[in-house]
Amino acid sequence: MYEPILEKPKSFFDIYKEKSGDQTITHYCPGCGHGIVHKYVASALDELNLTDKAIFVSPVGCSVFGYYYFNTGNYQAAHGRAPAVATGTKRVNPDSIVISYQGDGDLAAIGTAEIIHAANRGELMTVIFINNAIYGMTGGQMAPTTLVGQKTTTSPRGRNPYNEGYPVKMCELISQLNAPIYVERVALNNAANRAKAKRAIKKALKLQAERKGFTFVEVLSQCPTGWKVDPPDSLKWIEEKMIPYYPVKVFKDISNEAEPYPEPKKIVSGNELLEILGIKSEEEKDLKKYEIPKEYRNPKIKIAGFGGQGVLLLGVALAQVGMMEGYNVTWIPSYGPEMRGGTANCSVNISDGLIGSPVVEKPTILVAMNKPSMEKFEKDMVPGGILFYNTAMIDEEPKRDDITKVPVPATKIASDLGNIRVGNMVMLGAIIEKTKLLPFETVKKGFEYFISRKNLIPLNEKAVEAGMRYVRENNL
Amino acid sequence: MDRGKMVVNSDECKGCGLCISQCPVGCIEFDNETINKQGYHPAKYTGSGCTACGICFNVCPEPGAITVYKLVKA
Repeated sequence: MYEPILEKPKSFFDIYKEKSGDQTITHYCPGCGHGIVHKYVASALDELNLTDKAIFVSPVGCSVFGYYYFNTGNYQAAHGRAPAVATGTKRVNPDSIVISYQGDGDLAAIGTAEIIHAANRGELMTVIFINNAIYGMTGGQMAPTTLVGQKTTTSPRGRNPYNEGYPVKMCELISQLNAPIYVERVALNNAANRAKAKRAIKKALKLQAERKGFTFVEVLSQCPTGWKVDPPDSLKWIEEKMIPYYPVKVFKDISNEAEPYPEPKKIVSGNELLEILGIKSEEEKDLKKYEIPKEYRNPKIKIAGFGGQGVLLLGVALAQVGMMEGYNVTWIPSYGPEMRGGTANCSVNISDGLIGSPVVEKPTILVAMNKPSMEKFEKDMVPGGILFYNTAMIDEEPKRDDITKVPVPATKIASDLGNIRVGNMVMLGAIIEKTKLLPFETVKKGFEYFISRKNLIPLNEKAVEAGMRYVRENNL
Repeated sequence: MDRGKMVVNSDECKGCGLCISQCPVGCIEFDNETINKQGYHPAKYTGSGCTACGICFNVCPEPGAITVYKLVKA
């Protein structure tokens, strides 16, 4: 009687429902190494009983459709970013088994930075790196791993190291780092090496399950289509061309000595998260939502001036206090070439609903701390908007007549207080006095969040008061 | 009776010939009589000689194209 000993691994879908065309076969070319390695991964997951915990991150490349086949969790990452996606995946699902499966274009070209740093951080993931010395999916162009002299569509006279450099040896690079615990290069060229490849993949996954550390398996794999050879000859090609340059061996294995990573602290409730972030949740709950006067509700605020005038901080202050009052807020700065000599600016939204975009293009409130800012943004204001402008530095009148204008010599007032840099807080005082957008009491509570030098809080408070007084006394 | 046998799901075979080239006992051949739905001559077991070594399974790129069986005493 015969019993099956090797059959389609259970970690594959029976039918590839996501796939177009024939849903019983892969999309790979005849003889492709990907299918073989897929089988080894699936077999290992079966044998280790990890299928339900596994999350497979597919790259860009021929294996982009990993999610067609693996009956696991699946992501498909942006080109080269599989280790970054895998990092996030693993960190929020510490019990999962995360596989970053990548080809040489993905891992060794566009994603070089991601793999090096994921390895260097020692992320608890398994990286399967398919090295076939060519860009297969796009039609056989030169890859970073293309061998010296190898002809491809983009190196028709053969790779010339003086022009294109030498093939990148990823195992050698990765194994230099401290964090990786297991780095091995395997090959698919003969039965013995394939058995080693299968064992290496299983070992890497097992080490991940034991929380030992970052594991990396490079597979020298055939691309008969890209190499333009018959599948049986492609195995010889690996042996004769690739292995002499890419030695097949264990580059690093400190898995026996490596201690398992500590179990991550699990965040089970929102309050716990607030605690970790140092936010006093109870205090905030007690705050009643402040009523913003109707005409100023849901303001879209633009604050602009020279770098150093505190325009970004003024935005942070408004957003912080708005948040403390229970509103949804956004603050986003705009940096650019204008930082030098022109205007720095930020956008603030304070909303009782959802905020679509943090960027304010048509402000309802504009704060112009210098002349170029007023010139630049006054025209963008919505009709009926309110313009606060720093008359200490702007010697022109605003041009628009369909807006409310509030001239405040903020820099002068600040200077009189003894510190020219608190002009932004004078303006904050002017804003809250004129619009009643936010209560002064909450501004005072907010200082500790947005003023990092605590000894300056009294001065900032005085500046806000001075701005409020100026608006009041001048009936603005 | 042979120690093993291998079975090719001929509709899933892409005719790459890797199993044929790698079988240590040469017990797999192309089925030149058959053209499968993908347009390939699939591989097939010659009918004798299999040792259930599994090499064909481990070199086959298609997840479900090959199943290897082992003789067990009833």
